[in-house]
Amino acid sequence: MDSVGNIIVYFVVAIAMVIFSLKAVTTGKILRAATYLLFVLLGTAVFYFQLGYQFLGAVQIAVYAGGIMVLFVFAILLTHKPNDASGMIESHRKFIGVVLSGASAVLLLFAIFYMPLLHGASLMECIQAGNQITMREIGEAFTGSGRFQYLLPFEAISVLLLACIIGGVTVARKR
Amino acid sequence: MDLSMLWYLVPSVVMFACGIYGFITRKNLIAILISLELMLNSADLNFVVFNRYLFPGSMDGMVFTLFAIAIAAAETAIAIAIIINIYRSIGNTDISEINNMKF
Repeated sequence: MDSVGNIIVYFVVAIAMVIFSLKAVTTGKILRAATYLLFVLLGTAVFYFQLGYQFLGAVQIAVYAGGIMVLFVFAILLTHKPNDASGMIESHRKFIGVVLSGASAVLLLFAIFYMPLLHGASLMECIQAGNQITMREIGEAFTGSGRFQYLLPFEAISVLLLACIIGGVTVARKR
Repeated sequence: MDLSMLWYLVPSVVMFACGIYGFITRKNLIAILISLELMLNSADLNFVVFNRYLFPGSMDGMVFTLFAIAIAAAETAIAIAIIINIYRSIGNTDISEINNMKF
């Protein structure tokens, strides 16, 4: 049995996420689409907090809602002149888009509603069954090389970020 | 009333379907990238929800989501660099006008 506050928070955030993700792909103005995406990302961060992953929610807000959204707004303002009709984005191939997204939604909903594994415990029981994740455990998971520890992917990500910095500077610099 | 696993998977499905719709119908490169972020975000949410409900004692889904967020940040930065380069070359970011690999 979950508390009433949790359920109210869930409904507010879930309805907001559904509405804003629909608006993000149907609105005509590109800056508004980016803002709706920001709201969807913040709603996802609230879900992470609610599920008990505080560190992940903080990373989601800092990296996605902070860093990536700043990049998006920066790119939009660099490629669109203000006070101009080029801020509008039109759509094409609407029919095939509706068919494909509807088909994938129906398929996924069918899969998740007919899987017996998924009709399980409530959130409160799961949070109580798992131990609280401390920063020490997260740090040890990232810097160890044993079982359930991820030193090699962590190093690969750091090399990827270095390559990304060099690639971004090389691609975007003025010639 | 219990908050079971399905409750978190349904908004994720809606986000994924919206991402597919936007990816197909948008004509602007940045709008396509926004739809791509929606799809990535729904996959991240799924990792975390499966971790919490099916394996509450471990934290592997959370670690995967952290890696996915880092990779998404790198991918977005490179994609925006490419988009700005395309804008310098042809003056807009409309996919119907990008026909050649080399200008």
